[in-house]
Amino acid sequence: MAIVSSTSSTLMNNVEAVRATLYEAMRNDDRTIILGEDVGARGNVFLITKDFMAEFGEARVIDTPIAEASIVGIAVGMAMEGLRPIAEIQFADFIYPSFNQIVGEAAKIRYRSNGEYTCPLVIRTPYGGGVRGALSHSVSVEALFYHVPGLKIVVPSFPDDVKGLLNSAIDDPDPVLFLEHKKTYRLIKGEVPDGHYTIPLGKARTRKEGTQLTVVSYGLYVHWAIEAAETLEKEGLSVEVIDLRSIRPMDQTAILGSVRKTRKLLIVHEDNKFGGVGAEIGAMVAEEALFDLDAPIRRLAAPDVPAMGYALPLEEEYMSSPAEMAETMREMVKF
Amino acid sequence: MATTITMPQLGETVTEGTVAQWLKSVGDSVDKYEDFVEVSTDKVNAGVPSPVTGKIRELLVKEGETVATGTPIAVIEEAAAASASTGSTAPATSAPAPATAAAASSGPAPAVATERPQPGLSSNGSPATAVDGAEAEGALRGASPAVRRLAREHHIDIRAIKGSGTNGRVTADDVLAAARTGAPATTPAAPHVEAPDATRTSTYAQPIPGTTVTLTQARRIIAERMVESRRTAPHAWSMVEIDVTDVWKWRVREKDRFERETGYKLTLLPFFIRAVVESLAAFPLMNARFVPANGSTQASIYVNGEVNVGVAIGLPTNLVVPVIKHADKLSIKGLAIAAGELIEKARKGKLGVDDLAAGTFTVNNNGANGSWASAPIINGGQAGIVTMEAVVKKLVVRDDDSIAIRSMMNSCLSLDHRVVDGYVASGFLADLKGRLERMGPQGEL
Repeated sequence: MAIVSSTSSTLMNNVEAVRATLYEAMRNDDRTIILGEDVGARGNVFLITKDFMAEFGEARVIDTPIAEASIVGIAVGMAMEGLRPIAEIQFADFIYPSFNQIVGEAAKIRYRSNGEYTCPLVIRTPYGGGVRGALSHSVSVEALFYHVPGLKIVVPSFPDDVKGLLNSAIDDPDPVLFLEHKKTYRLIKGEVPDGHYTIPLGKARTRKEGTQLTVVSYGLYVHWAIEAAETLEKEGLSVEVIDLRSIRPMDQTAILGSVRKTRKLLIVHEDNKFGGVGAEIGAMVAEEALFDLDAPIRRLAAPDVPAMGYALPLEEEYMSSPAEMAETMREMVKF
Repeated sequence: MATTITMPQLGETVTEGTVAQWLKSVGDSVDKYEDFVEVSTDKVNAGVPSPVTGKIRELLVKEGETVATGTPIAVIEEAAAASASTGSTAPATSAPAPATAAAASSGPAPAVATERPQPGLSSNGSPATAVDGAEAEGALRGASPAVRRLAREHHIDIRAIKGSGTNGRVTADDVLAAARTGAPATTPAAPHVEAPDATRTSTYAQPIPGTTVTLTQARRIIAERMVESRRTAPHAWSMVEIDVTDVWKWRVREKDRFERETGYKLTLLPFFIRAVVESLAAFPLMNARFVPANGSTQASIYVNGEVNVGVAIGLPTNLVVPVIKHADKLSIKGLAIAAGELIEKARKGKLGVDDLAAGTFTVNNNGANGSWASAPIINGGQAGIVTMEAVVKKLVVRDDDSIAIRSMMNSCLSLDHRVVDGYVASGFLADLKGRLERMGPQGEL
């Protein structure tokens, strides 16, 4: 789906793709503002905005206090008055103070003002675990927000998607929560087309085709699901892996199309299972495609514990793995 | 710990029971409340639920054997004890169970993954064939929505397919493969049907010419009871013709609404039963039984206090006569629902001992297939049985000499001549006729 204006491409990891896209946005549009903790002088904790302040000035690259409600609140005001703010929450674990600004304000502005105002705001934040981040640097927050109409939620997994989706998020007239899995930042590399392009929000991408089982995932787990599916392929079992890319809007057409083909559905995500994104997908498929299902829908997701522990065994227990995914896929294909 | 199961007392007056079929074999697991044996008494086959969860250790009674209630029939090793005896001998010191997190993160097991009913033994003691009985029903129960839909679309019997999935589950692909090959080639039912003559067996439901039908418990009891009744009760017979035009109109007027509101069909039966119970009240001797002399006790007639009407329902293998208790206390609507429930239970084979007990009089709706006269045999221990024959439109000369097209129905009565004479019986029939002819064409159900 990528609308590519150039046939050349550059090998990047995810963090470089974020940086390149932000840089381009800052250069192409004076209305673009980046604000957040340590985004200026420090150049962001992952060095995503390194040297941005020097190039674009303190008025457009704003170091804020440690006050997430203010970061998002100020950005909402900017967006309503015609700027294109890209607010950063340093880690998704710190997003809670800004919950009201995101859910109560940003998501409702278009509706509340009867369309008079929109809120073209991007909130970027690194999320996810598997990096020994312990309780306050590992959280997945998507399920806390995906219940909210008016808010788009994007979770790219590959560098080319990072660029195309972030461009779409910046262009979007409404608020977008842009979740970047921090373990994929430097782990995942890929060719990123040069030049400006966008990828429509709300479109999933089939990253691996298969016929016997549909696996829906997003974020880091897409990579693990692909790895597991490739393991199964060597055993002669054919698994399709769909990268959701956008959690909201959700690409129901892609999911249903695949499930109607394979007749079996597994959802894997790092977030807690109870009330997670998999619950919505499972319910939707049960409503729309029950008579195509040849096996119970299954979910592989985090257990019902308050957080990912720091100790390695606790972290491993919390997270799934390519091996566990492969085993579940095997059971389901053979069921 | 082992639990010994005894033959249950199925019904107040029942003193013995026959093990009709073991639903579990030795070594099979059984869940609490899961039926593990079918016991037959009288005309019922009743499943007996296990009081504990565990494994069958011993079956003490053979299929077909009849034992007194209270006789031990099986020993079940309870689940906790079973694992203790095969595993660690000191459960108290064993390691703690793995953290629940492990179970939670590995995802739920599919609900239908492993549970499949074990095929029982057929009545001659040989193992049941692969896809009949319990296992075939298991295949149906375990069929996924996709399998059900595909089977419906392709007119395929899921029970006839050999599954390639986990634990022999029939998968969607299995159904499609069966559809492609035309007939399910792997069906194990085929050799069963094609078996050589020497092993051909016949059942009452599927009689094969040239073979012997073994009597089911129910068939055997019916045979005995009929002979007994015919031999002991001198049958007399009478018939009246009843003009049911108005009651029929009433029924037609109400039936759609009734079915919508109650879910049961409104037939002529409840109207008829209502008239019967009113006539029984007028002729209590028709609701009585003959008590033969016994030793020094002289023969007598016992006039029943209750009016419990048996309704004959034909099934492929045998007739059952479930009883509407206190039928005289029910309205037409109440009778229709009570009869509807019993018919539904009968067709599903769910009638219990209580449903069949305590009848004092019987109604047989014999006209459903067009019969216009029949001579029924009295249900033992009752004074009479009355039939409803087919409702037929006829040209009738009425009292005022006019000729009219009327809906007419014959009603036949067999009576125990020891209890009543033709005088009472014909009075009863005339009363019944009068009541039915006065019913409708409208009223309160």
